[in-house]
Amino acid sequence: MKAAGLRFPVSGSSSPGRKRRLLRLYYSAAPEPQQEEQPDPCDINGAQFDPELYLNKLRKECSLNELMDQESCMVRQIRSLDSDMQTLVYENYNKFISATDTIRKMKNDFKKMEDEMDCLSTNMAAITEFSARISGTLQDQHAQITKLSGVHTLLRKLQFLFELPARLNKCLELQAYAQAVSSHCRARCVLQQYSHMPSFRGIQDDCHAIMERLAQQLRQKFRDGGTSAKELSECVELLLQLDEPAEELCDKFLSHAQTRLEADLQGLEAELRDSAPIDTDILEFIDRGCNEFVSNLCLVIASYQELFVNRPQEGDKLLVFVDTLAARYFSLVERRIQEEKGVGDNSLLVRALDRFHRRLQAVSKLLPGSAVPSQGTEIVIQAARERIKQYLSALQSFYLDSLTDVRQALAAPRGPPGKEAPPSLPDLLTSLSNSILNQIKSVLASVHLFTAKDITFSSKPYFKGEFCSQGVREGLVVSFIKFICQSSRQFCESAGDRGGSTPPVLLLLLSRLCLDFETSTISYILTLTDEQFLVQHHSPVTAVTALCAEAREAAQKLLNHYVKVQGLIISQMLRKSVETRDWVNTIEPRNVRAVMKRVVEDTTSIDVQVGLLYEEGVRKAHSSDSSKRTFSVYSSSRQQIRYAPSYTPSAPMDTNLLSNIHKLFSERIDIFSPVEFNKVSVLTGIIKISLKTFLECVRLRTFGRYGLQQIQVDCHYLQMYLWRFVSDENLVHFLLDEIVGSAAHRCLDPSPMEQSVIEVICERG
Amino acid sequence: MEDDAPVIYGLEFQARALTAQTAETDAIRFLVGTQSLKFENQIHIIDFDDENNIINKNVLLHHAGEIWHISASPADKGVLTTCYNKTSESRVLTCAAVWRMPPEWESGSHESPDDSSNSPQTLELLCHLDNTAHGNTACVLWEPMGDGKRVISLADSHVVLWDLQESSTKATISSSATLEGKGQLKFTSGKWSPHHNCTQLATANDMAIRGWDLRSMSQIYCIENAHGQLVRDLDFNPNKQYYLASCGDDCKVKFWDVRHINEPVKTLEEHSHWVWSVRYNHSHDQLLLTASSDSRVILSNMVSISSEPFGHLVDDDDLSDSEETHHEEKSKEPLQDSIIATYEEHEDSVYAVEWSSADPWLFASLSYDGRLVINRVPRALKYRILL
Repeated sequence: MKAAGLRFPVSGSSSPGRKRRLLRLYYSAAPEPQQEEQPDPCDINGAQFDPELYLNKLRKECSLNELMDQESCMVRQIRSLDSDMQTLVYENYNKFISATDTIRKMKNDFKKMEDEMDCLSTNMAAITEFSARISGTLQDQHAQITKLSGVHTLLRKLQFLFELPARLNKCLELQAYAQAVSSHCRARCVLQQYSHMPSFRGIQDDCHAIMERLAQQLRQKFRDGGTSAKELSECVELLLQLDEPAEELCDKFLSHAQTRLEADLQGLEAELRDSAPIDTDILEFIDRGCNEFVSNLCLVIASYQELFVNRPQEGDKLLVFVDTLAARYFSLVERRIQEEKGVGDNSLLVRALDRFHRRLQAVSKLLPGSAVPSQGTEIVIQAARERIKQYLSALQSFYLDSLTDVRQALAAPRGPPGKEAPPSLPDLLTSLSNSILNQIKSVLASVHLFTAKDITFSSKPYFKGEFCSQGVREGLVVSFIKFICQSSRQFCESAGDRGGSTPPVLLLLLSRLCLDFETSTISYILTLTDEQFLVQHHSPVTAVTALCAEAREAAQKLLNHYVKVQGLIISQMLRKSVETRDWVNTIEPRNVRAVMKRVVEDTTSIDVQVGLLYEEGVRKAHSSDSSKRTFSVYSSSRQQIRYAPSYTPSAPMDTNLLSNIHKLFSERIDIFSPVEFNKVSVLTGIIKISLKTFLECVRLRTFGRYGLQQIQVDCHYLQMYLWRFVSDENLVHFLLDEIVGSAAHRCLDPSPMEQSVIEVICERG
Repeated sequence: MEDDAPVIYGLEFQARALTAQTAETDAIRFLVGTQSLKFENQIHIIDFDDENNIINKNVLLHHAGEIWHISASPADKGVLTTCYNKTSESRVLTCAAVWRMPPEWESGSHESPDDSSNSPQTLELLCHLDNTAHGNTACVLWEPMGDGKRVISLADSHVVLWDLQESSTKATISSSATLEGKGQLKFTSGKWSPHHNCTQLATANDMAIRGWDLRSMSQIYCIENAHGQLVRDLDFNPNKQYYLASCGDDCKVKFWDVRHINEPVKTLEEHSHWVWSVRYNHSHDQLLLTASSDSRVILSNMVSISSEPFGHLVDDDDLSDSEETHHEEKSKEPLQDSIIATYEEHEDSVYAVEWSSADPWLFASLSYDGRLVINRVPRALKYRILL
């Protein structure tokens, strides 16, 4: 009944799942958890199948028809299950019968085999017995054979010994020294051991004689030179094997090597002497040095160490040898490097130095204690230092050249029509500062090659630290900037005493250049340097602010000097005009004197010039009608002087008045005082200097009536035009007041001109 | 140790000419000449009472004209020379004359110093230094430490050496020299050297300084372009015979060794306008006064080029150890040249400054507006130099 249930279709579960479950059941394995939960009593294939329940369920749920169908289906299944079971039973029975047959057959076979094994064991016992007997009989003969073969080898050795002299001779003839030496070495100890026997002794003597000759020949060869380093070392090796004294050999070897290395050096020297640098560049030279001298040197060191490896005391000798030769080589290289003066292409030099340095590393590997590599590094460092110096001087001369260019451009006649206009001041300034900047950049780039990653010596501490900070930053960039400031200052000093050889415009231009340096260029260049060279400031370096201060000072000095020079030019005109005129006998003024117009013109052109480079600057507020307004003040103060009623010694009227005027301007006027970096301040400075000169010159003269009037006219004219240039127009008024006042004092017949007349004259021209 | 305040005296007129009364070695006395075109010009004799800080003045009339230069005889207290402008027929000519002060000016003033202006006495003319042949006289120089018989006048481009005879009432030309060169050459000032037995003279014209030998009346050296611009004044170092100081319109004061004229020994640039006058102290040549049209007077201590570059030499044996070290510190200190003081009492250009002939620590300066200021060397410095 249960079997029939196995195939009950309503169960709905798939056939592999069911099989597995059944197997598990059979092997009493732990049932899967979920099935344990809810054993379905209606599952016809399940273990908890309850036929009663199932029947009840069917009856409850199914209609009659369905029940009928169910019933017929179940009957059909039961039938097929029955037939399956029958087939299985038959099959198993057949197999069991065939197995029984096989077992019986095997039982018979084993009995036969047992007999055969017994027979085999008896046979083996017999064989063992026979073999023991045979070996017993052969024992004696075997011993004899062994002895005979021993004698044979001994005889052969003896034969070798007897033939040795002849053989050595032959080797000698064929110059197969190596073979001879090895043969001799093999025989040597034997001969030594048996030398008490006369026959052996004879052989030994012969051999000695031959070897002596051989050694002689070897030495001869050694002495002759001309052989290559390899042959030489071979030679030495053989001699060593012949127990030649090592020390002597050392010396000979070294002296021999020396002659050949010296030949190399002489070759280099000859190249140096023939003023060859023109033909061969430094890279070729270093290449040659490396390939010939350094590689030979390495070879010598290597073979020496190989040959005399077990003689440590000879190492010092080698060191001395290498050091002396290397020193000569270095001096040659140094000379060559010194001839490298052109600053155009730095890469060649750097590459040459790199190669030089790289090849020396081989020496350091071969000879760890040698000072050669460090000396080589020293040379490289020296060369780098030299290079920086050269670049600095190149920069300096570049700067001076560009200044000359600027001077020429400034001196060029201003635009005859048709020709191209000369570059304007701002253009000149930008081109100058750009070319300086570019030059610095290109120099930095060149110098930067020294610290490139693929250069062997760039990792040396010098190139990481001191080269960057002390060398490039301080020695090159900072020095150059200082040089610029310095040379600018020199312009101020030399020009003052030697009659102004520097054109004032150049002073102005340089002042602006220095100011630009202060505001931006210096910090830019230094930042650039620090970035490119990753300067680590181990040692104190010049601060950006210090440099800026220096540049500013230079700019200030230049601008002051510019003011001074321009002021002096105008002063000179005014002074000449006052000194050369006879002011007592002059005619009534009809015009403003030409020199005043010239002063105004010049001031205007200076104004334009300065305006090109400097900002306007602040001036004190004034009304647009300034000249008129202040003029009234000016004239009224004059009136007080003119019509001072009683001018007696007891009432020092003019002195009081002058000091009153002074009180109006409580600040003392410094004539040659520093100016600010703007146009108004510069112009103020120039005008101050000019007017003060005018004042002092007037005080030294005596005026007639018309002389005073002419001064009045001139001052009014200046008044009309100069106020617009200065920061504080009161300054101009005050100075002009002083001039007219002083002129009135120095006048024999002080009758001033009518204000209206003065104005008419001035406006007319 | 406070320094005394400066003493200020105001003249009624503008003035440029100032001199110490050279022959007077007891009283501190300065002479000032006024410049006025309209009024009678005066010579103010200013006595300074050092103890009471009081100024006594006496006025003498100088009828001849406005005074551009004044100098007192080194031998006779009462004798002085002036250079003055004479205007005649609308021509202005600068002449020179030797004058004698009236002998009774001193007694008269003491009785009533206030009303001295009421009856001012007049200078007595001794003789003219006739310059009609030579042109405008820039200055007159007395022979230093001489007997008051020899003067030099610089007139335009001529150096004229005069002998004063018959109690200075007669002046005769003993020799003269003329400056040769292109253009109109004019002396601006000069100085008679007190060294070499008073046989040398230094003059300034335009930018050059020239030295003259008075025996042969020939030029012995010439510093072309001594200053960037006009040379205004010069003075000899009283203790170092080859050293002289000059000043000029380039605002600089320069020190020269006339044996090496290519470069100045030293240059000072402290003033902000033309320097009109430079004076060595008569006894302590490290002290130097300069006056400038920036209205300032500057007192400098030029130890390094003075005759006492290492300070006063002191005998070491007399000093105990502590004093010795103290002294060494002190003697090192003044080696630096320095500005001692800048005097700003003036409000107009200062054209003249002079040391007193009686008190080496006292000096007077005169500005154009007629203000005379008497100042002293700071006491601290005075004691450092003396001790």
